[in-house]
Amino acid sequence: MRKESYSIETVAAWALALLWLLPLAYSFWSAFHPSEYATRFDISAPLTLDNFAKAWSQAPFARYYLNTVMLVTLVLAGQLVIATLAAYAFARFKFFGRDVLFALVLVQLMIMPDVLIVENYRVISGLNLLDTIPAIALPYMASAFGIFLLRQTFKSVPNELVEAARVEGASSFGVLWRVFVPLGKTTYIAFGLVSVSYHWNNFLWPLIVTNSVESRPLTVGLAVFGAPETGVDWSVITAATVMTMAPLLLAFLLFQRQFVQSFMRAGIR
Amino acid sequence: MVAAVMTAAEPKTARHRNWATNVNAWLLLLPAIVLLGMFTHYPILATLYHSFFSLGRSGPAEFVGLENYRYMLDDDVFWQVLRNNFIFALATVPTSIGLALLMAVWVDKKIVGRSFLRLAFFTPTVLPMIAVANIWLFFYTPDYGLLDQFLKSLGFAGHNWLGDPSTVMTCLAVMVVWKEAGFFMIFYLAALQSIPPELKEAASVEGASRWYFFRRVTFPLLMPTTLFISINALINSFKLVDQLVIMTKGGPNNASSLLLYYIYEVAFNFWDTTYAATLTVTLITILAAVALTKFVYLDRRIHYQ
Repeated sequence: MRKESYSIETVAAWALALLWLLPLAYSFWSAFHPSEYATRFDISAPLTLDNFAKAWSQAPFARYYLNTVMLVTLVLAGQLVIATLAAYAFARFKFFGRDVLFALVLVQLMIMPDVLIVENYRVISGLNLLDTIPAIALPYMASAFGIFLLRQTFKSVPNELVEAARVEGASSFGVLWRVFVPLGKTTYIAFGLVSVSYHWNNFLWPLIVTNSVESRPLTVGLAVFGAPETGVDWSVITAATVMTMAPLLLAFLLFQRQFVQSFMRAGIR
Repeated sequence: MVAAVMTAAEPKTARHRNWATNVNAWLLLLPAIVLLGMFTHYPILATLYHSFFSLGRSGPAEFVGLENYRYMLDDDVFWQVLRNNFIFALATVPTSIGLALLMAVWVDKKIVGRSFLRLAFFTPTVLPMIAVANIWLFFYTPDYGLLDQFLKSLGFAGHNWLGDPSTVMTCLAVMVVWKEAGFFMIFYLAALQSIPPELKEAASVEGASRWYFFRRVTFPLLMPTTLFISINALINSFKLVDQLVIMTKGGPNNASSLLLYYIYEVAFNFWDTTYAATLTVTLITILAAVALTKFVYLDRRIHYQ
């Protein structure tokens, strides 16, 4: 009886998993087959890379890739430096206004830049940065979430280590660089993975502030390319879609455990 | 003598050090303060400020008091997108939580192909919403799309899934549940793994059925996780609008539009930035209310050492 219910569950779990993979599997099917097979599932259908070649030649995807890589790097580098400094101050200094300031930082956790599109657009346009990559990156550079995570990590660093470094004559920066940063490694990896995934995938804000090939990230490029009025063939659009997802998907398949753990750590906080 | 000198010197160095600490700390915080000020605090205040002004298309912007708010309350589209947003939350939040729990229970135990199952459930989380929307758009395409082809092969008629106000929300909700359930699964999984195995052993010694054990022990123990996920899912349902840009543009006739998408439309298609600011104030109020609930009921217990 018990055994039977287990096997029923196993079948159900597998059915759901296959259903869950279906959209992805379908996009790969359609991307790697000629368009006449877009909805005909014939095992003998010939494989082809034509759709990718077409997508690559019909829109500047190379440039979009470059833009996204630059964007993700810029955001992450900025976030890491800014959050490290701020978290160090919050975790290890007693100073005037600390609690108020920390509460002000936390405001960003509930009201994210994603919803402040109207006024952020004004600010970016006031800075004369519209249609640039820094315009996409700037609102996210000071990450309350990163500050919060690192502060928690830095708070748990034992005092003895800090004292020992001080005795050896390390300055405040020296202590930060040689004691805190190395001990925060797991937090940095977790935050980094979440940040890269988020900004690789982000869409609405980049759509609003970019207007040219030179600044558009992949997601916006894909949306422009796949818009129904362009009349691009479905299989070519899926090829472009696969190209957009591929780097992150590949990274995820290779570092599954780190991804899942990072998303979890980041979510729980 | 020596002691006297030291006591006299000490307050001075202490004060000096205190002063230095303050300067150091504020310098460390300076980049974060400037950027947060520019892109979080100032925009929040500016949103509120602009919501009290006229657009000033012809002439300078004028203070109009609550005029924009009055307009908002009379705006049928505003009420519709707000209602849509709540329906959308109601449709996606419980479903993705239920599925996430089911998935977590499955992959928590020794099941054939456990790591494959985990992978399958979690993968949609790392995909860009815009790519996901592209794929699902094709599923829902009338006649030519996968869903219609499948239904036709069973002898049913085709249907314009995204073009029909009565089906469009369900279609979008299914997609979002697909995208989010695996993400919530990992929180349940972590919570399940922290339940001591002795409880289960004791229950099986007592002869409790699995369902009974789940209902009376596991589920109550997972309550904090459920609450945490519900709130995050609720916040997400107000933030997630990428798919609308590709799939429906809020249509047909605003049937699938959500508050943030409406803000985007008002601000960047109609360029009515003061009304968009007014709508943003509403969105901020909702998000703040949700976040404060979260803070009061959850966070305080978990961290505030």
